[in-house]
Amino acid sequence: MDPLMAALILFVLALIIGFEVITKVPPILHTPLVVASHAMAAIMVVSAIEAAGTGNTLSARILGFSALLLGTVNVVGGYLIADRMLSMFKGNKRKK
Amino acid sequence: MDIVNIIRNVANKYQAVFYLITVLFFIFGLRLLTSPRTARRGNVVSAVGMLIAITITLMYHGILTYKLIIIGLAIGSIIGAISAYALDLRAIPQYVAILNGFGGAVSALVGVSAFIQKELPKNVTSLHFYSAISVDTFIGTLTFWGSMMAFAKLQGLITERPVVISGKNIINLLLLSISAVSGILLVNDPYNIYYLIGILVSASLLAISLTIAVGGADMPVIIALFISYAGLSASAVGFIYLTHGLIMVGSLVGASGLILTRIMAKAMNRDFYGILLGNITPPEMSKLQGGEDIYAGRIKSTTPEEAVMILEASKKVAIVPGYGLAVAQAQGPVRDLMAELEKDGIEVYFAIHPVAGRMPGHMSVLLAEVDVPYDKLKTLEESNELLPDTDVAIVVGANDVVNPTARYAKDSPLYGMPILDVDKCRSVIVIKRSLSPGFSGVPNPLFANDNTVMIFSDAKPALTELVKEYRELRR
Repeated sequence: MDPLMAALILFVLALIIGFEVITKVPPILHTPLVVASHAMAAIMVVSAIEAAGTGNTLSARILGFSALLLGTVNVVGGYLIADRMLSMFKGNKRKK
Repeated sequence: MDIVNIIRNVANKYQAVFYLITVLFFIFGLRLLTSPRTARRGNVVSAVGMLIAITITLMYHGILTYKLIIIGLAIGSIIGAISAYALDLRAIPQYVAILNGFGGAVSALVGVSAFIQKELPKNVTSLHFYSAISVDTFIGTLTFWGSMMAFAKLQGLITERPVVISGKNIINLLLLSISAVSGILLVNDPYNIYYLIGILVSASLLAISLTIAVGGADMPVIIALFISYAGLSASAVGFIYLTHGLIMVGSLVGASGLILTRIMAKAMNRDFYGILLGNITPPEMSKLQGGEDIYAGRIKSTTPEEAVMILEASKKVAIVPGYGLAVAQAQGPVRDLMAELEKDGIEVYFAIHPVAGRMPGHMSVLLAEVDVPYDKLKTLEESNELLPDTDVAIVVGANDVVNPTARYAKDSPLYGMPILDVDKCRSVIVIKRSLSPGFSGVPNPLFANDNTVMIFSDAKPALTELVKEYRELRR
């Protein structure tokens, strides 16, 4: 199969899975969902790592490095703040 | 030489498998995010998936130097960690805008770097490679500048009011065309950097022109829309090098953004498809003035001292928070009020409209922060089932979302918007500084109802006072 076609199929299938799973996230968790989504989208750092580590020109490496830096902030910041928020959601513990 | 190649080939094959595992971790993590009980675990699962992807990339690629990578990872992690713990949760929307801008920047930077390196992966044609770079740099730049504008608006650095430029649609169309033409030219002549610059500049201007037209009230929609842009830019990066993991994750995140945008658009009475096409400007503000006529002689003002009598006689109380509650830092007193009422066996719940707060789900986080249990937080649909059986609704810092004209007044800009039907409760206590209208500019007949009493005060002193009076009453 044409590799581009295969990639497009993956794109559409993942979109459908995304719709199915995410519609089930309750409104009270939408903010953590947003932050965690951003952390996930920052998987782009893997491309940034390649750009920074394999760059054959200085400018390509600088661009890759900047991308890596910003992407890492997103990954670490995103997951930590989602965790911080989610740790606050507590059930109704009945004190007896 | 052969052996090196074999190892590389095997490594590349396994890399795809490991990316697939990452995607599965992400999907499983999102699934756990569907319940507050398991959500925290889901987040960890998703983070582990990310760790796998990063580790594999670090190990298996023909990386020339690790120095830059280690420095980048270290500095990025420190900034991320410090910011995550120092953040005031009321400022989450601004933080999200920055994360979003960074996401766009990463995508654009990787695109430009790919353009400079010109190392086409095998089985990727030049047409495919440079088209992907064009789309990627366009979306990335658009996302970056759009998010920075949103941040500036949320932070109050520039006016929150929508700035309407005359002929805005033509300008936007023109900028979009310049981007498209530059993209096509770039694909034809990948050695001319001016075409890339053409995309970068026109996308930046387009982002500014689109977001400057958005008013503060519509920010939740913008935030949601940008999430799908962030997802798309991750996918676009994936398309450059045909990295399947990135394509799938970007698509997942894109879906989450689209869903939230649709929810927000519905909750705010905006046209979802119009928003997708960049038409985010709110409809004409209502010319309906005449608030004084509706209110004249019919407003009953009261004090916390009298209001607690109403509360004392009730069995079921709804608290309806708006963003005004958070602005006034009154989450603590509102939690205390809940605790006091519950001591007497009064059932209390929070009725939360989707747009209470400045981004989807914002109010839930702010209430969870002060230890309100999540089963007390009711959605719009759940609340509207409970409200007719509720004795008292306490409305704090909310206005448009409880305006009953949304149900019947066809000429109101709120008409058709889903609202919390607090007017169906036996009595309503509204805590508000004045009778000034909400974002829609429409007067609210709820305030003039026979069963409504108003406490004209800031949220925090009023609630603190209510708690104090209630304690005294019960003693």
